[in-house]
Amino acid sequence: MTVYILCFILFLVGLYGLITRRNLIKIVISLCIMEFSIFLMLALIGYIDSGIAPIIRPDTIGQTYVDPLPQAMVLTAIVIGLATTALLLAIAIRLYGKYGTFDIREINNLRG
Amino acid sequence: MQGMSVIVKKVTQLIAGIIFLYGIYIIIHGHLTPGGGFAGGALIAGSFILLILAFGSDILKLKQEETGSSITENIAILMVLLIAVMGLLFGAKVFFINYLPVGTAGKLISAGVIPLYNIFIGIEVAAAILTIFLALVIFKEESTK
Amino acid sequence: MNPIIPIFVALPLAAAFLIMIFGKFIKNLHIFISFVTTLMLAILSVYAFIYVENGLQIYKAGGWEPINTIPVAIYMVLDSFSVIILCIINLIGFISALYSVSYIRQYTAKNNYYALLCLMIAGMNGVVLSGDLFNLFVFLEISVISSYALVAFGVGRNELEASFKYQVLGWLASLLILLGISLIYWQTKTLNIADVKRVLNTEYSIPFYLFIQILFISGFGLKAALIPFHAWLPDAHSSAPSPISAMLSGVLIKAVGIYVIIRLFFNMFMITTEIAILITTLGTLSMVIGVFLAIGQWDLKRLLAYHSISQMGYVVMSVGAGMILISRGKKPDVAALAIAGGIFHLINHAVFKGLLFLNAGAIEYRTGTRDLKEMGGLAPVMPATSATSFIASMSISGIPPFNGFFSKLIIIIAAVYGRFYFLALLAVIVSIVTLASFMKFQRYAFQNKEPDRKNRAINEVPFPMIFSMAVLAFFCLALSMLAFPGVREAILTPAVNILMQSEIYTLQIIGN
Repeated sequence: MTVYILCFILFLVGLYGLITRRNLIKIVISLCIMEFSIFLMLALIGYIDSGIAPIIRPDTIGQTYVDPLPQAMVLTAIVIGLATTALLLAIAIRLYGKYGTFDIREINNLRG
Repeated sequence: MQGMSVIVKKVTQLIAGIIFLYGIYIIIHGHLTPGGGFAGGALIAGSFILLILAFGSDILKLKQEETGSSITENIAILMVLLIAVMGLLFGAKVFFINYLPVGTAGKLISAGVIPLYNIFIGIEVAAAILTIFLALVIFKEESTK
Repeated sequence: MNPIIPIFVALPLAAAFLIMIFGKFIKNLHIFISFVTTLMLAILSVYAFIYVENGLQIYKAGGWEPINTIPVAIYMVLDSFSVIILCIINLIGFISALYSVSYIRQYTAKNNYYALLCLMIAGMNGVVLSGDLFNLFVFLEISVISSYALVAFGVGRNELEASFKYQVLGWLASLLILLGISLIYWQTKTLNIADVKRVLNTEYSIPFYLFIQILFISGFGLKAALIPFHAWLPDAHSSAPSPISAMLSGVLIKAVGIYVIIRLFFNMFMITTEIAILITTLGTLSMVIGVFLAIGQWDLKRLLAYHSISQMGYVVMSVGAGMILISRGKKPDVAALAIAGGIFHLINHAVFKGLLFLNAGAIEYRTGTRDLKEMGGLAPVMPATSATSFIASMSISGIPPFNGFFSKLIIIIAAVYGRFYFLALLAVIVSIVTLASFMKFQRYAFQNKEPDRKNRAINEVPFPMIFSMAVLAFFCLALSMLAFPGVREAILTPAVNILMQSEIYTLQIIGN
């Protein structure tokens, strides 16, 4: 049970970074920390006591495997996270070209 | 864009081929060991990016390379859809069915159509990551001219 | 097993990648492929609408049959409620692709625009058709990432800032949804929606599921722009190109926001009174605050975007009132009327809000401005645009005989029968304030006297834009037929039945 609470504390660390940082790149890094904490929790949910890696070989037929479904979910979610981070960073680079700064206090053209 | 120093160039000449072969090994053994299409594709892209960063390149060659990798990525995805659609024609009329013969567990040529999916997804992920990198480098080169 | 269900997802995916390969070599291929693909999808969705009279259709990916009555495949489910949203997505996608043919002349990189539009349609079709929680998450991400790239399409200062804000908030919402899905998997060890319902019928520990329900309301509420989570919507929907604004505001916030909330809270969780009161409160706040923020706007597209928040509040309030009545266990026919009114307003809002955004795009295409103070006197020179925008403004304000009047009437009657008098009074007040706001739009854009335009003649917009606006205006009149009893029994009543009787939903999918 303590590992799940530690994963949630990592999520809150990322959330703190998202709220209080002003640099665009640090906001992207905080979002990545939050996403990795959820992947860690998802992979730990599928653990069964004294289970081995879920690969079928001729000499491991009758033993207990850990749950392979959360591992497939985490692989898919990692690729989705890669696409989102790439798009965020591309837009951050374009914003630097237009405004000349990474500070979010300067980038507030749309208001009201 | 400029290359790096002599030590980096020499080490890259020794290692880039080994990383490329390791990526292909992880893709092909995707149904026997952990890994599969995504992880192997990321490694292959890593070897190409290492070569471009260590040796440098001028902007015309980078644009040609970006056109090539973009077309490769789209063709690989269309091949994945084509393999899935061919399940409609053979046997029961569903997508994504496993229609090649399934051998015994633990041998390299077994598990039906899954190794084909792994190979095409590996090519696609490698081409996609390479296209993202080249697009960002071309944008930076053109904006600092 | 029905093989036409995966075609809704596979066809736009293949079209998007074909456009990217061959669009560099052959000129104008992108218009041809996207037009043919969206036309085929629209025809297929009308055919699926007739097909679903036989009952619920299931498709198991890979053909894996259940083992010991536990479903192990990824299910795709087509039932009477999904087919309504499917028709809306594909029809408005076709109209938007037709409108873009002449609107897109001011941008370069036309291949990317059409490929991203096809990917967005593929993702939304996947969300509506999926019967499995993680499959829903993957298709949700496909459609939402395409919309991030489309909002930033004309790379100016405002579009990039709006897209960055939209991305940060949207990614946070997706993480909350993924956390909720992982907690459901931890408790029930399954991901199929019908199977989770079957497990929740036997064991149910209240605090744990309350946490998961709050996570889902926050995550999907941010995608649907309910009131505490609405901060991204005015910037994103006003900075996008106009046909994309019509798709985003007319279809995306419904297909990935409101549809998933209705599906999960009726067919998966047990309805409790606290959650029903929470959903009704969020809907009422959206309705009231949205319209009072919209009155003071002088930018045309920001005004329309704030009105989207208010109309979505109508839908959520009506569905929430139905949930309160179901959870108390009395008056089931009034609850059915409330839910039917909500779904009818959903269909109507897609049509008239799409038409309003296309009108705003036509005005911007010819005069080059979005500020209401700089327009004026456009009625004699742009007759088609001014006529269709008059029809759309009358629809959204609830004037008979257009379709907005009938859906708001059903919502107010259901609120009065269920003894929610305060909600009915608020609905009437918000409708009057909406009428005032759109009278301002009509007067400033079309009726005022014309400012001097420095010798720039204004004509009517080209033919594809006029045709797409005329089709939507025709649907504004034709959809008011849905209120009459004969047509309502055929279209709305099966959708309400499949939502309220969720044991039949579980029985037909798992069969136990």
